[in-house]
Amino acid sequence: MSETQTLPITVTVNGSKVQRFVEPRTLLVHFLREDLGLTGTHIGCDTSHCGACTVEIDGESIKSCTTFAVQANGSSITTVEGLANADGTLHALQEGFRQMHGLQCGFCTPGMLMRAKVLLTENPDPSEEEIRFGIAGNLCRCTGYQNIVKAIQFAAARLNGRTFQEAAE
Amino acid sequence: MNDMTPTRAEREARLEGMGCKRKRVEDVRFTQGKGNYVDDIKLPGMLHGDFVRSQFGHARIKKIDASKALALPGVLAVITAEELKPLGLHWMPTLAGDVQAVLADGKVCFQNQEIAFVVAENRYITDDALQLIEVEYEELPVIVDPFKSMAPDAPVLRPDLDGKTTGAHGARKHHNHIFEWSVGDKAATDEAFAQAEITVNHLISYHRTHPSPLETCQAIASFDKVKGELTVYGTFQAPHVIRTVASLLSKIPEHKIHVVSPDIGGGFGNKVGAYSGYICAIVASIVTGRPVKWVEDRMENLSTTSFARDYHMTAELAATRDGRVTGLRVHVLADHGAFDACADPSKWPAGFFNIVTGSYDFPVAHLSVDGVYTNKAPGGVAYRCSFRVTEAAYCIERSMDILAQKLGMDPADLRMKNFIRREQFPYQSALGWEYDSGDYHLALQKAMDTVGYRQLRAEQAAKREAFKRGETRDLMGIGVSFFTEIVGAGPSKNCDILGVAMFDSAEIRIHPTGSIIARMGSKSQGQGHETTWAQIIATELGIPADDIMIEEGNTDTAPYGLGTYGSRSTPVAGAAIAMAARKIKNKAQMIAAHLLEVSEYDLEWDIDGFRVKGNPERAKTMKEIAWAAYNAPPPGLEPGLEAVNYYDPPNMTYPFGAYICVMDIDVDTGVAKIRRFYALDDCGTRINPMIIEGQVHGGLTEAFAIAMGQEIKYDEIGNVMGASFMDFFLPTAVETPHWETDFTVTPSPHHPIGAKGVGESPNVGGVPAFSNAVNDAFGFLGSTHIQMPHDAWRLWEAARRLGV
Amino acid sequence: MIPGPFTYHRPASIEEAVGLLVSLGEESRPLAGGQSLIPMMKLRMATPEHLVDLGGVAGLKGIDVEPGGIRIGAAVTQAQVIGSALIADRLPILRDAALQIADPQVRTRGTIGGNVANGDPGNDMPAVMQCLGASYVLAGPSGERSVAARDFYLGPYFTLLEPGELLVAVRIPLPSAGHGQAYEKLKRKIGDYATAAAAVILSATAGRIATASIALTNVAPTPLLAEEAARLVVGTSLDAATLKAASAAAKAIADPAADGRGTAEYRREMAGVMVARALVKAFGRVKGA
Repeated sequence: MSETQTLPITVTVNGSKVQRFVEPRTLLVHFLREDLGLTGTHIGCDTSHCGACTVEIDGESIKSCTTFAVQANGSSITTVEGLANADGTLHALQEGFRQMHGLQCGFCTPGMLMRAKVLLTENPDPSEEEIRFGIAGNLCRCTGYQNIVKAIQFAAARLNGRTFQEAAE
Repeated sequence: MNDMTPTRAEREARLEGMGCKRKRVEDVRFTQGKGNYVDDIKLPGMLHGDFVRSQFGHARIKKIDASKALALPGVLAVITAEELKPLGLHWMPTLAGDVQAVLADGKVCFQNQEIAFVVAENRYITDDALQLIEVEYEELPVIVDPFKSMAPDAPVLRPDLDGKTTGAHGARKHHNHIFEWSVGDKAATDEAFAQAEITVNHLISYHRTHPSPLETCQAIASFDKVKGELTVYGTFQAPHVIRTVASLLSKIPEHKIHVVSPDIGGGFGNKVGAYSGYICAIVASIVTGRPVKWVEDRMENLSTTSFARDYHMTAELAATRDGRVTGLRVHVLADHGAFDACADPSKWPAGFFNIVTGSYDFPVAHLSVDGVYTNKAPGGVAYRCSFRVTEAAYCIERSMDILAQKLGMDPADLRMKNFIRREQFPYQSALGWEYDSGDYHLALQKAMDTVGYRQLRAEQAAKREAFKRGETRDLMGIGVSFFTEIVGAGPSKNCDILGVAMFDSAEIRIHPTGSIIARMGSKSQGQGHETTWAQIIATELGIPADDIMIEEGNTDTAPYGLGTYGSRSTPVAGAAIAMAARKIKNKAQMIAAHLLEVSEYDLEWDIDGFRVKGNPERAKTMKEIAWAAYNAPPPGLEPGLEAVNYYDPPNMTYPFGAYICVMDIDVDTGVAKIRRFYALDDCGTRINPMIIEGQVHGGLTEAFAIAMGQEIKYDEIGNVMGASFMDFFLPTAVETPHWETDFTVTPSPHHPIGAKGVGESPNVGGVPAFSNAVNDAFGFLGSTHIQMPHDAWRLWEAARRLGV
Repeated sequence: MIPGPFTYHRPASIEEAVGLLVSLGEESRPLAGGQSLIPMMKLRMATPEHLVDLGGVAGLKGIDVEPGGIRIGAAVTQAQVIGSALIADRLPILRDAALQIADPQVRTRGTIGGNVANGDPGNDMPAVMQCLGASYVLAGPSGERSVAARDFYLGPYFTLLEPGELLVAVRIPLPSAGHGQAYEKLKRKIGDYATAAAAVILSATAGRIATASIALTNVAPTPLLAEEAARLVVGTSLDAATLKAASAAAKAIADPAADGRGTAEYRREMAGVMVARALVKAFGRVKGA
């Protein structure tokens, strides 16, 4: 390699348009964390198995550690920092995770939330099995997932205008 | 009273004190991406460091050529053992009394061992530079099997110890031997076996695995040459200990070292020890004069920092024909890898493995442990357990099942028959512990009643007949496990880390307006201390938990503590919090008496303040007292309202529980499906039931993973296999079973609030429950013990061995 | 884990992409979803000097009916396969297989083209394509050619794809209505490659199997078409003896390596079990037989 190539990219991140020059090999997760200072998106495994780096791109959830920033050129990205509602109130998922104790160390949480957000647009009223399958690209080491499932059910109910009734044990 | 006066229940509810399912305060930042983990911290001018690691399991290093890397623009330094030698930092002491090479000193002893530390402007250049460093090796013979470690002709793995016949824990029998540790009455135990009506004897191996928190180990070191001060941010479960060790090693005075643990993305024992990355980041910062960040990647994490288990336990039970155990004899071969970096209290080379008598009243027992070196990564940490307690619980709980099988007795009945009885507490075990409290019969009976244990056994009997008739290819297994943990190290008389006594601490300050800041020597990694510590204070001092800020991890401000691992936070720091609060309460009582113009003895505590006995209308809330403490203290009393407590526990605490697992195993594929898992935990007084339930879910999930497939494996030439999340089994939401939780409450009599700790119980009790279920499934086919992990291919092989 | 440096190219057309791959030579690689390539690059097991990003290339998208079959553009993602009503209706095996690949996020970016073209024996779609008798459309400097999936795979990461060629589409003949299809995959967990997996498509008349095709995933250096196993089930109503014979025939051609999923012997046995289970499932799905 001779001269390092840098390329201009334009992305909309959490509603704001951003223009930057990046090296082509810059991973999207590093672009978000290092260049834009959006450190809510985490890195947990480096091999696209853990999902801690999950963000939303153009309505889809992807792993930002396995995407080059240049591939995101022209797209609209939402990270956990942009999850709250426009009026500043917390998203139903953020509320659900707290109410149902869906997190402990918090490291998987941003990726889990961003995956769950897209899951609920794909399937607004998922069953427990569908939730488990839908978040299977996100590893959590702390919770055993049971309360994450409840948190997503809580959010689904709220987004559907219902109150979440916890299933009796 | 008017209608606006809150009722007592309302006043109590407002506190959100102990026993309530308080929602976590941490979640507000974590759900908005506003946690502050080490890798989120960016200091001006910060560099990035990473390691060149060994390709081989055992090799002499003939040459390290860093010239190409140093020529790469953006590379500032390449540090090897040669550079560390003049500083005396090329080796570091381990927690277990051994030494470990910070960077390979002439040879490597395990694959991926640290050889050189490359420092560059950013992580991209660092990674490029790593590819350019050439290391020339001369391969040496490798030992991966601990059973071959002490063969007479085994290669010398640690020439630095050559000729040393004693180590940190006594005599060494062989050049690859680390220690022998024994406890119990050998003669009496041998006699019990000689007299026994029936005995069982089995090698029970607990394979090597890894705690693998989602956030890897990381650190940032920043040395200020002008002030001579060092600041280190890191994923430290025990930040104060890191500060002390850093001072002892670097000779920088301890007051000039600022260690900060910010938010930690899970620990599970991985973040207790001191690693080469920390030392190298510090040295690199001193060398370059700029902050240096080190972040492990996942392969490095799984293959270098802190494995767990690798215990090979030969367990024997002696018993009467009617199922009364008369003696226990255990020998352990402990594989410690290339350096003994076991994270145990320093005097305990096998941790608290002598809890191996479990929940049973055994008259005699004897235990001996031999630690050996192999060409594997160092560690031996307590992966979500108190020190070596998971291994002990697995050993005894498998052994009890093996004995039950030989006796033809139901495993639950055998346990009931041998339990320590409620009236025997405090109970002196044959291997030296004083169990604080328990009601084992009650707990197991409740578990059996809840799951319908006898019906399950009947169903299993019918299924076995159906299997024999060829009507099904599924085997049903019922796993019972009853564990007693030993947590809360502590007592400083027998627990220290490198001489630092294992107490813990709390400092509570009430501000004039009645809100509180409190700091502890513990450090949450997901346990929710900011939530639960405030609940203890709320109950003790009558200030709403929402008005209490908890701060941990900053060694400049927090009182000295030994950190969070081994389920020690609630037993030790939790006690310190209660004791500090009580100091404040005593002073508050004096102030209240002054304000109410009565004697202190005329006052009684009532939820959120003091009231005059017999005249409850006359009262002062803690909030009113706080204002007065600063602005109108009684004459002669110093102003202010704060206290510090250093708590040295009088004893450990002994949480326990009864777990029952029901599974179905498809013998054609070896795939096991968990049908039901019930966990009853008794952790004494329950501070926050929601958080306890969360801890149990998480611990059971880790137990499930470990028992059913999670393994760090080496091939015969020392290559570590499958050190990524493709192969290392971390279950997703799909594989993870549904958990049922339950509880009994037997408070600890010696703990100020009666709490015992719970975070690790589910791992301790969970693993034997899964393994017992697997073994129970195969038992009727003539199998006695199948080694873990119970992944599909191994269960299929077991089935085939048994001819099905 | 950081990828090595490379130069990035973003062609707009297939011709342009092929032109770049030809002119840049062996040190260039096409980048589709990147879900296999980027991890390999982060491990520095792949260090291409040039990446030709297919993300902007027209003509690689779309799932279209064409005479005799359907054409799936190489850049169609696994998620799009799962979401396609046409595929769910006519080629449910593709959906079944796609659902068992990796996880939701990876399926969002991972493409059909990447999965079949990179020659990783762990990938699921190659065996499915062999089972279905699919062919691959390869665009090269001298135009397009078509290669049968059954001929395409030569060894691990070694295929008939020539340097400078790009896989642009997969063509699958549509089975007539009533076929039973199944993909049975044994894996350790979500996100894993198969310990062993089997793809089956069959038709039946009057309760007997009329046609059958069987292929195996990840039990050899390439996907395997289990012709003998398929031959054995034709004409039967899948009695126990036939299932056993078909399993044995599949096991006979399997040549798996030992890995973390199990011993070679276990994985070979599992090839047989997956074939039997896929056969039973597919037979149960035959309509109007």
